[in-house]
Amino acid sequence: MSDTTTNPPAPHILDRVVIRFAGDSGDGMQLAGDRFTTSSALLGNDLATFPDFPAEIRAPAGTLAGVSAFQVHISDHDILTPGDSPNVLVAMNPAALRANIATLSPGSTLIVNVDAFDERNLAKAGYTTDPLSDGSLGAFVVYEVPMTSITTEVSKDAGVKPRDAERSKNFFALGLISWLYTRPIEATAAWIEQRYADKELVREANLRALKAGFHFGETAELFESNYEVRPAALDPGEYVNITGNTAVAWGLIAVSSTSGLPLFLGTYPITPASDILHELSKHKQFGVRTFQAEDEIAGIGAAIGASFGGSLGVTTTSGPGLDLKSEMMGLAVSLEIPLLIIDIQRGGPSTGLPTKTEQADLLSAMYGRHGESPLPIVAAKTPSHCFEATLEAARLAVKYRTPVILLSDGYLANGTEPWRLPEVASLPVIDPDFATRTNHTLDDGTEVFWPYVRDEETLARPWAPPGLAGLEHRIGGLEKADLSGAVNYDGANHERMTRLRAAKIAGIAHDIAPVDVDDVDGDADVLVVGWGSTYGAIAAGVRRVRARGHAVAHAHLVHLNPFPADLGEVLGRYRRVLVPEVNMGQLSRLLRAEYLVDAVPFNQVKGVPFRAADMEAAILQQIEAVAAGIPTASSERKVSDR
Amino acid sequence: MTDVADPAAVPVPLTTRKDWSSDQEVRWCPGCGDYSILAAVQMLMPELGVRREKTVFLSGIGCAARFPYYMNTYGLHSIHGRAPAIATGLAATRPDLDVWVVTGDGDALSIGGNHLIHALRRNVNITILLFNNQIYGLTKGQYSPTSEVAKVTKSTPFGSLEQPFNPLSVALGAEATFVARTHDMDRKHMMETFRRAHAHRGASFVEIYQNCNVFNDGAFEQITGKGNRENMLIPLVHGEPIRFGADGEHGVVMLRDGSVEVVSVADVAESDLLVHDEHRDNPGLAFQLSRLSRGPYEPTPIGVFRDVDRTEYGAAMSRQLEEAVERKGPGDVAALLRSGSSWTVS
Repeated sequence: MSDTTTNPPAPHILDRVVIRFAGDSGDGMQLAGDRFTTSSALLGNDLATFPDFPAEIRAPAGTLAGVSAFQVHISDHDILTPGDSPNVLVAMNPAALRANIATLSPGSTLIVNVDAFDERNLAKAGYTTDPLSDGSLGAFVVYEVPMTSITTEVSKDAGVKPRDAERSKNFFALGLISWLYTRPIEATAAWIEQRYADKELVREANLRALKAGFHFGETAELFESNYEVRPAALDPGEYVNITGNTAVAWGLIAVSSTSGLPLFLGTYPITPASDILHELSKHKQFGVRTFQAEDEIAGIGAAIGASFGGSLGVTTTSGPGLDLKSEMMGLAVSLEIPLLIIDIQRGGPSTGLPTKTEQADLLSAMYGRHGESPLPIVAAKTPSHCFEATLEAARLAVKYRTPVILLSDGYLANGTEPWRLPEVASLPVIDPDFATRTNHTLDDGTEVFWPYVRDEETLARPWAPPGLAGLEHRIGGLEKADLSGAVNYDGANHERMTRLRAAKIAGIAHDIAPVDVDDVDGDADVLVVGWGSTYGAIAAGVRRVRARGHAVAHAHLVHLNPFPADLGEVLGRYRRVLVPEVNMGQLSRLLRAEYLVDAVPFNQVKGVPFRAADMEAAILQQIEAVAAGIPTASSERKVSDR
Repeated sequence: MTDVADPAAVPVPLTTRKDWSSDQEVRWCPGCGDYSILAAVQMLMPELGVRREKTVFLSGIGCAARFPYYMNTYGLHSIHGRAPAIATGLAATRPDLDVWVVTGDGDALSIGGNHLIHALRRNVNITILLFNNQIYGLTKGQYSPTSEVAKVTKSTPFGSLEQPFNPLSVALGAEATFVARTHDMDRKHMMETFRRAHAHRGASFVEIYQNCNVFNDGAFEQITGKGNRENMLIPLVHGEPIRFGADGEHGVVMLRDGSVEVVSVADVAESDLLVHDEHRDNPGLAFQLSRLSRGPYEPTPIGVFRDVDRTEYGAAMSRQLEEAVERKGPGDVAALLRSGSSWTVS
């Protein structure tokens, strides 16, 4: 190090940057990414994150299967996605490089832990020659940093064994990237102090590695300069960086608080939904009861029992669990009882891709029960929107005495974005409106309570938890006589009850917001209709298309059953309807069936979200097709062939 | 329309069996053992000093599962095997309620086996009445998980190949804190057993030998038939030597290997008779007694096998909530939303 101090060059200003931390699943990449995100959030950047990790807790070290990555997009303006391709890839070993290199554009920056590029690791990653020396990385700006050896070296005199010290190299990488993008490391240092308060050696090793990484950037003269991404002009207010799963958990607590309904979560651990259980189980001071059941069926069963008793019963799950819960959902449809089923979708069928995102449970949510058993479906569109969507799902469940499926997915569950905190006083209040009195007079003048006498407007039946004398009643999964609720096998009554249950759910269409169409001048020919986590990619794709001077409209559905009352009219206004989905075409099928609209599906099931660039291309293709007068069917084939 | 009075303000009203009977016509087959169980429960309820509005009967699927429809209380007839799971959610959130689960051998031990054992080990505050008739009735006569080996039924024309469950052994193995057996031919014994089960805090498990006169008639006749009871049923009485027979001429002893055996009292010293202990923490004695008889054709113990204290699940859950409030104060949503690292944009 030099003792002559020169002023460092001023950082280059960037409007946005996408950084991807990649390493072995035991390398702490999720932690490094998460801490970088927190620092950026505190600096006021807009951001979006995408954790991408394998299902195995510790896949064989050094292999492609074991690579875990965390992508974060930070910017000085509002952004919608975690970025199509990283500007900077931090690769902790050859496997991390190999697994991610295809996502990099030429000219991007590669920062590699050169210590890990030995013969053994190269072979494990499937390299026959060293990419650092064989010229194959010529299109990139490559920085070779001896992360392992520096990390080990700085902790030597602290009494940390080299093998333990090496584990702090994620903090070295974090320190280096923090310098490169002018993020202060004090907040992370404080976090380390607190997190490892009772593990002195770990604390010391992590702190030293973090600082060493930061100083390495400053002094190594490897980098020409560093960069700055200035705060985004977000709306005034207080913000937190939030994942979809946390937003769901907080939404449930908020509902419980505003409605006065005690919250009961009955669930079984399953990726990627378990974090909702973890979060809720921390907050028992809100009267939240969390029950880790013996299986998925017991999870929803206990939630139904809790709802029967006057709590807000909730169950959380992912695809395989949704299958297991279907009989219980049918029971809840028949009981007409408030219940939330929260499905954090992942790749299927069967165990599928436990840690990868997909939105292929829509038709299962819609039709995945025997008999005629409709229920409302609500879908969250961004991590923070999970809060609002949870409130809405709960509102429908309580008001209409019905199970409601809330769809999120792995991408929303683990991804983050800044969320402007709502005023608690402004949150919608949900009234449980419990039955308090008898509701029918028998011919002999006796006052009785009939559990299936419906509200004329909503068709909802009374909710009468045990406890009130005179309201004792029996309900169950057998078909019930209209009004009295007594067991009844009469065909005409069954048809009446079937139609009443359907009409109750269909009627919700008039109790939800109309379709929110983003069509700037109202002159677009092409409407993109999405649902769920494709929101960011579609909105970003739409921006790009508009930046090229084209008109395009975007509608993103939050209510998937029933659809908003004006959806058919909205679809009819456009010459072409494009429906991008991370499935094989489920909403597109529903739209075609419901509205006889020639919706064009655009599908991908790669376990990752759409990229804005793909969306842009797909929209442009439709705009060009309309201009050229190409009929829909042929363009549909073209899109599908992509 | 009448407003309903606040139940807490009203003393528990005196009731009769009629008050606990719903207006629904009972639809079991004529002669079914379920009738006498229903009568025993309906006759017991006025004696328990409990409120109808605080009483819930839950069931799954099967003949026994129709039970809630016939009780003038709150009731839920759910799906096959799952009543213990539903009851867990109800009992854990409503400690003020008496929650009864009515189930059968197929419902509880086949499709619902998982929920049964977990409700027992958690010690959820519910009373489980298992009507064991050793056959599937509602689906018209297939063998059940308690049917004897080689049983010929519609689905086993050449005889069942399966070792049956011993329901009491299952319950004891699942860490149950209250385990008892009774039978449908003795109303007084049923009422006394149900009374004990209801009084127990936590999960109570009662097996009721119940005759299915259509598909498995006489399955328990050898032990519960009027003339057979004295010599074939072994009443368990806490703190008393275990003996039976018209003059108490038979007894039970524990052998050196820990197993139990029926003996003639004349052949042993009276002090050698096994003294029943319901409250023994170790379930070994109760387990041995549950296996004294290999089936309802050998002398079979009835009564309370085990009754021990262990924290009830819902109470423990409520305590955690109270402790959280003591530690952190009552929940504040605004504070929760700011509990991460928040920042302000002005």
